[in-house]
Amino acid sequence: MSTIEERVKKIVSEQLGVKEEEITNASSFVDDLGADSLDTVELVMALEEEFETEIPDEEAEKITTVQEAIDYVVSHQ
Amino acid sequence: MTRRRVVVTGLGLITPLGNSVESSWDGILAGKSGIAAIEHFDTTGFTTQFGGSIKGFDVSEYMPAKDARKMDTFIQYGMAAAIQAVTDSGLECTEENASRIGVAVGSGIGGLPMIEANHNNLLDKGPRKISPFFVPGSIINMISGNLAIRYGFQGPNIAITTACTTGTHNIGYSARTIAYGDADVMIAGGAEMATTPLGLGGFAAARALSTRNDSPETASRPWDADRDGFVLSDGAGVLVLEEYEHAKARGATIYAELTGFGMSDDAYHMTSPPEDGRGAAASMANAIKDAGLNPEQLDYINAHGTSTPAGDIAESRAVEKVMGDAAKNVAVSSTKSMIGHLLGAAGAVEAVFSVLAIRDQVAPPTINLENPAEGCNLDYVPHTARNMKIEHALSNSFGFGGTNGSLLFSKV
Repeated sequence: MSTIEERVKKIVSEQLGVKEEEITNASSFVDDLGADSLDTVELVMALEEEFETEIPDEEAEKITTVQEAIDYVVSHQ
Repeated sequence: MTRRRVVVTGLGLITPLGNSVESSWDGILAGKSGIAAIEHFDTTGFTTQFGGSIKGFDVSEYMPAKDARKMDTFIQYGMAAAIQAVTDSGLECTEENASRIGVAVGSGIGGLPMIEANHNNLLDKGPRKISPFFVPGSIINMISGNLAIRYGFQGPNIAITTACTTGTHNIGYSARTIAYGDADVMIAGGAEMATTPLGLGGFAAARALSTRNDSPETASRPWDADRDGFVLSDGAGVLVLEEYEHAKARGATIYAELTGFGMSDDAYHMTSPPEDGRGAAASMANAIKDAGLNPEQLDYINAHGTSTPAGDIAESRAVEKVMGDAAKNVAVSSTKSMIGHLLGAAGAVEAVFSVLAIRDQVAPPTINLENPAEGCNLDYVPHTARNMKIEHALSNSFGFGGTNGSLLFSKV
């Protein structure tokens, strides 16, 4: 079973078309991984799907890096 | 005001016969059928279970997978054909010419696959599961939009939607745009991918499709006595149109000149033409007049010829009405007999074939024409392609709503 960190990075890789080895925990979706505003909406939807959770819009706006996504998932398990 | 001349300097195709101009044209000249059973969804329960699907298309040849995911299939096909055409033309977009290059690539229906998928998500999981890319990924003008973004084309950007006349109207409009002086180059054409459950089911419900499920390859049989409707197909066709002096100055290969464009409407019925084909005749006559030619100068007509009972007779009557006695001398063929009906892409793909007919001096055949129906009395170039002199070629498109368009290409 993959860790949460691995699963988050896999989704970020698939959604943003970036190789997993280029993704670090500190990577910003917009500044480092080339996402635009629509990409980030879809990324959050993919995280919701993977972790079977619902991320409210006001929370989703605060998820701007890989680490923030991991933290959100961990704290809502 | 003297009218600026418009020539064709680039071609691109994605068709059921091949994912390039060369492979598609080779298939056409060999009289091959690109029609087969539909395999990309379960057609159980559909009265028609075949079509002209695109085979072996690899979008990563044209763009990163990440970008492709945000474009419905018709946009991917349109982008691919346009990228082929721009590459073929050798055109470079620079800071100096960017505002003089425009795009007009339309679609008859647009992003049905994404509409269906997102509607399913809405019903199954609720409104929060609609993709943020649903709208920009499925609306019709996004081939034109994405091409402008990719190349930096800052000129006129439009996507005309007129059902099965879409491709023809986009090309005709583009020629006018260049002739009038609003642009020096236009990337023009159409794309379609509507062989989805809703698309196939919708045309079947309208009783427009052939139901020859036991023999898909012979289902598209324009003017044949046993024809029973059209074959729904996917793909795209794009041409680079360019002002003549502009093309000459940069040493571009000139395939042909677009000398005439005509339009009309039947003003008759939503889906059927009038028996006498008067709307079609007006469209052809307008194109011939626009080119400053006489009807008897036409050598070849790439007909709309969809293989529907009413449409094929109406178009034959229209040719007779426009050309009079000369109708018996003109070669008329339907490349839809081989690739089926690409709806909004049809006129563009057939414009490419008309241009190639002039380049290679050969008329494509009409396959599956075993017994011409009563009232179908023209020279339909049955079975095999014909080497012949082609100075002037006309390409017809007629669409739901009675909308008609004709393009006239001439040898330079």
